[in-house]
Amino acid sequence: MIAPILAAAEPAGLSAYIPLIFVFILATFIGLDVIRNVSRLLHTPLMSLTNAISAIVIVGAILVAGHEGSADQPWWINVLGFVAIAAASVNIVSGFLITNRMLKMFKSRKPEDKS
Amino acid sequence: MTPEWRDAVVQLAYLTASVLFIFSLKWMNSPASARRGVWAGVWAMVLGVGGTLLNPAVAVSSLPWIALAVMVGGLIGVPLSKVPLTAVPQRTALSHAFGGLAAGLVGTAKYYLWIHEGGQSLTAFRTFAICAEVILGFLTFTGSLMAAGKLQEILPGRPITYRGQLVINFLTLGGAIACAIGLIINPQWTFLFPILIILALAFGVMLIIPIGGADMPTVIALLNSYAGLSAVAMGFVLDNTLLIIAGALDGSSGLILSIIMCKAMNRSFSNVLFGAFGSVQEDAGGAAGQTVKSASPEEAAEIMEQADEVVIVPGYGMAVAQAQHRVRELYDQLTKRGIKVKFAIHPVAGRMPGHMNVLLAEADIPYDDLVEMDEINPEMPQVDVVLVLGANDVVNPAAKNNPKSPIHGMPIIEADRAKTVLAVKRSMKPGFAGIDNELYTMDKTLMVFGDAKAVVGDMAKALAGDSGMH
Repeated sequence: MIAPILAAAEPAGLSAYIPLIFVFILATFIGLDVIRNVSRLLHTPLMSLTNAISAIVIVGAILVAGHEGSADQPWWINVLGFVAIAAASVNIVSGFLITNRMLKMFKSRKPEDKS
Repeated sequence: MTPEWRDAVVQLAYLTASVLFIFSLKWMNSPASARRGVWAGVWAMVLGVGGTLLNPAVAVSSLPWIALAVMVGGLIGVPLSKVPLTAVPQRTALSHAFGGLAAGLVGTAKYYLWIHEGGQSLTAFRTFAICAEVILGFLTFTGSLMAAGKLQEILPGRPITYRGQLVINFLTLGGAIACAIGLIINPQWTFLFPILIILALAFGVMLIIPIGGADMPTVIALLNSYAGLSAVAMGFVLDNTLLIIAGALDGSSGLILSIIMCKAMNRSFSNVLFGAFGSVQEDAGGAAGQTVKSASPEEAAEIMEQADEVVIVPGYGMAVAQAQHRVRELYDQLTKRGIKVKFAIHPVAGRMPGHMNVLLAEADIPYDDLVEMDEINPEMPQVDVVLVLGANDVVNPAAKNNPKSPIHGMPIIEADRAKTVLAVKRSMKPGFAGIDNELYTMDKTLMVFGDAKAVVGDMAKALAGDSGMH
């Protein structure tokens, strides 16, 4: 049953992507499950943390910026990559720093609290 | 190192990074382990970047430039991480913009690179992924900039609507999708690509224009999700599982947060995105013209002093007035007298998910005393005093009683069931949604007019002075 679908998808180059689609779907399920258990107290730090995590696009940016093509390759293609690296770095640095800064503030009431 | 070995090391680094990202989010399930989660994220990022730098496709000659770009980004990032916590919503929106920009640029660069190489690499599926990445990336870019502008009050926070807005929005998005379909049919139609970019940029702006401040928590969460999905699309473009996994985690996080926000407002996604709030307020009940009772901060302090249990309901007003440290003083004064103090947090209080919790944590209020709406509501009838602090719609009984109210059906913190209500407000002006609040005209309610910071400061001072005399 799967075979004809794959055959039909072949010209589109889809079949090579089936394993990646598996990865995507399974990661989404893990993500939904993990996030559902995140403490509601921490939703703001969660957003800044996922900000930093999504800055993993820096991987793609590095691959584009560092691509050494033929001599006539337009120069601005690499420049786009460098700008993307800078943009992603902003998120990595500020995302992790501010998440840590916020989390440091969350304190439990100490049992020996004067009251 | 042989190429095979190098490849294996890179893949192993990516695999470890993926696992660490999952743990990073998993450890956010409690404040006790959350900081470990940040470190897991940092190490995952180091492994991801390090692995990529080992990739032979990255030219050694480009490394200094890569380092320079990282440094430039870091120099912008450090001050962005030091903003006051009241500005965290706009900071978050701004960083979604950076994320979207990075994804959009990489997609654009990849497209032109492959076109330059003859276009054989642009299979239909890859072109589809590139178009998805570029549309999501650039609409997140401009949309988040708009959201940040509204939150920073550079742009008007009120929803901006005009006739035919929906049609124009759909045509814009439809145009971008049509360009994408054209490119999938023939990637060589390069003239379509700039049009696609422009339409995506325009759609981002138009998507946020009609959205008001009260809906920002949902929208920020949704943009978070888009930023994640554009990373997923990039993963498909580059055949990179790490990007797909990290992007999927981010995408599902944004999705869950926006669902929580929508539920907390009893609204659907489409309603938030397309049904500009605040434009409907013809009949919100006739509270206008009724008299309200008011009290001075000192009188309010006296009332709280008599209580056994005080519940404070913070809202955006507390954030605007930066009143959290004064709230801490009040909290200290009350708990010193053996009065139980709790904070009731509505999921959409403030301008982003969890906004109030962070502000109160900043003021050193232990998180054990922050309770959720569902937890506090059953206790409400036993509560002596509720202090509503810059919150409005989240305590509006009309959400329960008045089927005509635009917020009808929204779950609220039932302050109206407490024995006494003290409401701190700058004036009788309605809240963000522009709806009258009958809580303020109830018999048991006393209004304390003034800036939240000043008023709460006066309350704390009154209590402190009082205790000094005894």
